[in-house]
Amino acid sequence: MEKLLHVSSSPHIRSRVKTSSIMFLVILALLPAACVGIWVFGPYAAAVLAVSVASAVMTEYIYEMLMRRPVTIKDGSAVVTGLLLGMNLPVSVPLWMPVIGSVFAVLVVKQLFGGLGQNFMNPALAGRCFLLISFSARMTDFSVSSQTAARIVDTVSGATPLAELKAGGSADLLSMFLGNTRGTIGETSALALLIGGIFLAVMGVIRLWIPLLYLGSFSAFVLIFGDHGFDLPFLAAELLGGGLMLGAWFMATDYVTSPITRRGRIVYGILLGIMTGLFRFFGGSAEGVSYAIIFCNLLVPLIERLTLPGGFGCGKKKGGKNA
Amino acid sequence: MKANTPMERLYNGIVKENPTFVMMIGMCPTLAVTTSVINGVGMGLTTTVILTLSNLMIAALRRFIPDGVRMPAYIGVVASFVTIVEFLLQAYIPSLNDALGIYIPLIVVNCIILGRAEAYAGKNPVLPSIFDGLGMGLGFTIGLLSIGAFRELLGSGTLCGFRIMPEAYEPVNIFIMAPGAFFVLALLVAFLNKMRSRKPGAQKRHDCTQGCGSCGNMACGGRERQGSEQ
Repeated sequence: MEKLLHVSSSPHIRSRVKTSSIMFLVILALLPAACVGIWVFGPYAAAVLAVSVASAVMTEYIYEMLMRRPVTIKDGSAVVTGLLLGMNLPVSVPLWMPVIGSVFAVLVVKQLFGGLGQNFMNPALAGRCFLLISFSARMTDFSVSSQTAARIVDTVSGATPLAELKAGGSADLLSMFLGNTRGTIGETSALALLIGGIFLAVMGVIRLWIPLLYLGSFSAFVLIFGDHGFDLPFLAAELLGGGLMLGAWFMATDYVTSPITRRGRIVYGILLGIMTGLFRFFGGSAEGVSYAIIFCNLLVPLIERLTLPGGFGCGKKKGGKNA
Repeated sequence: MKANTPMERLYNGIVKENPTFVMMIGMCPTLAVTTSVINGVGMGLTTTVILTLSNLMIAALRRFIPDGVRMPAYIGVVASFVTIVEFLLQAYIPSLNDALGIYIPLIVVNCIILGRAEAYAGKNPVLPSIFDGLGMGLGFTIGLLSIGAFRELLGSGTLCGFRIMPEAYEPVNIFIMAPGAFFVLALLVAFLNKMRSRKPGAQKRHDCTQGCGSCGNMACGGRERQGSEQ
């Protein structure tokens, strides 16, 4: 009875889902791809991932201690940031690079803007782009050790399948699907990423709008502007190659940096595909997923403003503007 | 310190109303040319010379310039000095002239120079106006020098062209590109604001009785009000 008479301000219905449980599921979903990366690229890849995660968590802890804020490392968001950043690095990087990337991602992009929920772009991708601009030679060096070279297809050229496609070559689809090819630690195995992505969708962590529209609009872009006509193997290689799967399932769907409205998600997903296509086919580099995602992250406030549903009873035309 | 004395004007320009770190004006050259110490100091000193001369001229002419056309008159004065200095740079320091490029002619519309003409030199006698220009110019130079020093050190591993960092240090290229200018400027301003807020009496600068809605101090975020209520 006492419970019934308790009066409080909204929200009245609360979900039991916590940030930490969502982050735990995301980490779980990332593990298959991370394991394939470690298996293909050897123990040094595990070291890169570990250093990246540890430095992201340490940065968050030290900053919050110094600023006398509540310490939020237990919610796991720093772990996800560190893991995603590590999976976005090639295995040849020296170990100080994941440290710099994690510090930039957590300190500058996340904490200085107010912590989790306030970051204006995906911290892990911002960290990757910071490293890509600063140390472009190291970030695009996909050379591997001789032990790894025995495990992967294409031991001669030293280029990623995507770079080879851009140069006019062909790619081995099966290896790109399974993951025994060149690339960053976490992006090579489309199969493992798909397992993780579908797991997240089944658990209700992500909705399928963004990844499916992203992949769909990118496919349409490839077929129309890809300069290969209706070439399905080429389309498959573009879909499997590079960071597209990792980006579409795990980074474009980040709650903080994707629109909250359904129409907004549709616009966002389509825009991501178009931007990725533009970067890949009309840009200088073979890869374009990271820049496409952080660029669209910046457009999210605008997308939300345009797609905000009107208030009840406000009428159709005025709705968006009044709200 | 007594107002409008030479020393007060210098202190005001360099510390109290530093154009780069306090007033945040003249951001275009600040962000664009500070890729190295030399470029930053070159830009700062060039601006200082023009600012001092234009303040002198405008203060001397302040009774003759009609109020309605004072802006065109100021721009005429500033543009003349910029043209003179640009020719001098082309003749004697061509390397600096090439490094600063379009930003030398753009000094004509630099808001520090027009701002000082409008806010100070147009209303005050010649001598304090000269020192006002000198102080503001030196404050600007110090701002550009410190931004340039951090960017050059991190982005190239050098200072004034000399290698400072050990051989193993890999330059972080982003610091000599445009984003690096924003990072360094923002962090320096944050650091200086932190230092300033630590001074005793700094908490009482704002009258918190009116509430946060009418207060212009965005950095406070309600903390000072909470402090004053306790």
